[in-house]
Amino acid sequence: MLEIKNLHVKLEAEDKAILKGVDLVIEPGTVHAIMGPNGSGKSTLSYVLSGRDGYEVTDGSATLEGADILEMEPEERAAAGLFLAFQYPVEIPGVGNMTFLRTAVNAQRKARGQDEMSAADFLKVIREKAKTLHIDADMLKRPVNVGFSGGEKKRNEILQMAMLEPKMCILDETDSGLDVDAMKLVSDGVNALRDAGRSFLVITHYQRLLDHIKPDVVHIMADGRIIKTGGPELALEVEQNGYADLLAEAEAV
Amino acid sequence: MARVELKQDATEARIAALTMPSGGKWAMSVRADALARLRAMGLPARRDEYWRYTRPDTLTAQDAPTAALFDGKEPPVFDAVDRLRIVFVDGVFDAAASDDLSMSGVEIDRLETAAQADIHWAKDLYGVLEARGQKPVDRPLAALNSAFASDGVLIRVTGKVAKPISLIYVHKSESSDAILHHVVKLEQGASLTLLENGPAAARFNKVLEVEVADGAQFHHVRAQGRDHERRAATHIFARLGSESLFKSFTLTVNGMLTRNEAVIEMTGDDAVAHIAGAAMGDGAFHHDDTVFVTHDALRCESRQVFKKVLRNGAVGVFQGKILVKEGAQKTDGYQISQSLLLDGDSQFLAKPELEIYADDVACSHGSTSGAIDMDALYYLRSRGVPHKEATDLLVLSFLAEAVEEIEDEGLRDEIVSRLTGWLARRGG
Repeated sequence: MLEIKNLHVKLEAEDKAILKGVDLVIEPGTVHAIMGPNGSGKSTLSYVLSGRDGYEVTDGSATLEGADILEMEPEERAAAGLFLAFQYPVEIPGVGNMTFLRTAVNAQRKARGQDEMSAADFLKVIREKAKTLHIDADMLKRPVNVGFSGGEKKRNEILQMAMLEPKMCILDETDSGLDVDAMKLVSDGVNALRDAGRSFLVITHYQRLLDHIKPDVVHIMADGRIIKTGGPELALEVEQNGYADLLAEAEAV
Repeated sequence: MARVELKQDATEARIAALTMPSGGKWAMSVRADALARLRAMGLPARRDEYWRYTRPDTLTAQDAPTAALFDGKEPPVFDAVDRLRIVFVDGVFDAAASDDLSMSGVEIDRLETAAQADIHWAKDLYGVLEARGQKPVDRPLAALNSAFASDGVLIRVTGKVAKPISLIYVHKSESSDAILHHVVKLEQGASLTLLENGPAAARFNKVLEVEVADGAQFHHVRAQGRDHERRAATHIFARLGSESLFKSFTLTVNGMLTRNEAVIEMTGDDAVAHIAGAAMGDGAFHHDDTVFVTHDALRCESRQVFKKVLRNGAVGVFQGKILVKEGAQKTDGYQISQSLLLDGDSQFLAKPELEIYADDVACSHGSTSGAIDMDALYYLRSRGVPHKEATDLLVLSFLAEAVEEIEDEGLRDEIVSRLTGWLARRGG
């Protein structure tokens, strides 16, 4: 599904290297988690993959089902099936949540050569999906993320994911700012989308999200590289011992 | 020669080139008063305090600069709205194109006809509200209008009117120079929606005087014409009684020069006045909103919401004032003027003013200039919305606060469709 090879990225503004050779292969239908200390480059990886301005790829590649996504505009990546659930969802005053979602769904359908979804069909689908995420009609009507609580913003991200049905979902610290109940709701939303044709990359600081969204593979990222890869037990190890041992181990190699 | 003399000479030359329409006693009297005011003030000049950001010369020159006609295929705004149509072509009433002027709850007279009578109810308002609005800021183009306006409508609303009255300004001659003057009097408890649209003329000078009596409600939605080269100087003078409501929204797309002045005086307690504008300019576009709201009663609420989207060297101006007079306690005044600059060539000049003589009031104002929010743009694009469409969505989102001042949903949709039409005509 997603294949990242020797990815080197620097911040354009500061000429500072952030990613220093990331290698990662995510098979279809699998859930990968990336954990790592602050500043290790986890969020940068998610931004670079989704096409945010301000980053320069100095070496390496990233492909989605064989297509070079780094050459694409952000909207083309989305149409190709990539989705990033933001750590800090952006507030857009004056644009209704529903209008935003319909614009996005239809833009992607158009890009893929499909017919636009009718207003009635769209309403039916969104109501259904919103209900399972406990998103009420008022939240759909309000401007995108404006005045939403932290939990509401994250649920809204998952709703967008559910509506857009991407192949490759990246969740950037989706657990940050969530209480236990909200985390359960968000995780259930994600788990409902798991299927053989869809892959996930879950970026998190904490193991507890991974209790809800069970990963197949866990990677530890530090200083712009993946320093260790393992099964779900690796997350537990981090939870118990912190990153210090792993970092020391990586240094020693 | 001194500046004052130069100004006097220019004013006299302009007056000499105009013809005062003949009429009955009341009309001749109010016109003479207006002419005297104009002579005393002189026409606006660049060094006048409120003309620093907008060059008045093409508005005051004897001949109107020519303006090509809009060649777009888009149907005129409000076409889908059930309304009573009153059509002016290059500033002249067109009876054939207009609807029958009779409607329940309202009396409509043409200025041209009413002016022939010896007495008319409009004598207490025509030029009167304009004259009140000349202090403390001179508005000589409005006085010129009161003196020389050749046509217009006088509307007296006595009850609830079934449908909006729609003033349609058709522009057919590339060199037309139109002066229209309307008076609207809303009797106690009456309500009216007034629509205005169209470029009117190559150069358009328009005054609208509105008296909103106690408990009356006035809604005004205006879409100024799309002709690229047209010029306009418009004035609204409104006086509000107690518990009355005044809501005015103006959309301006295109037009080489537009100066919209609004002078609102709240004289009755618990009145509400909202005035809003959305302007979108591309290239040779200069748009000026000059607003003066006076609170002279208890517990009145006023809101000024002006938004401008500018690109390719377009210029936006906002001069807005809230004056709270002594004793106007519990005033709630709000003013916001913002511009969205789509490139580095465009310019927004703002002069917000507050002058407050009461001690128990809440007044806030703000003015900003900014570019498209790059985080929001990236967020939209990351959801698959293409760059151009995402930018358009953010432009509409920027204008939303002003557009939402239109209460009627159907009218609001009409305005939004104009905005999207403008965005579609423009490249990315």
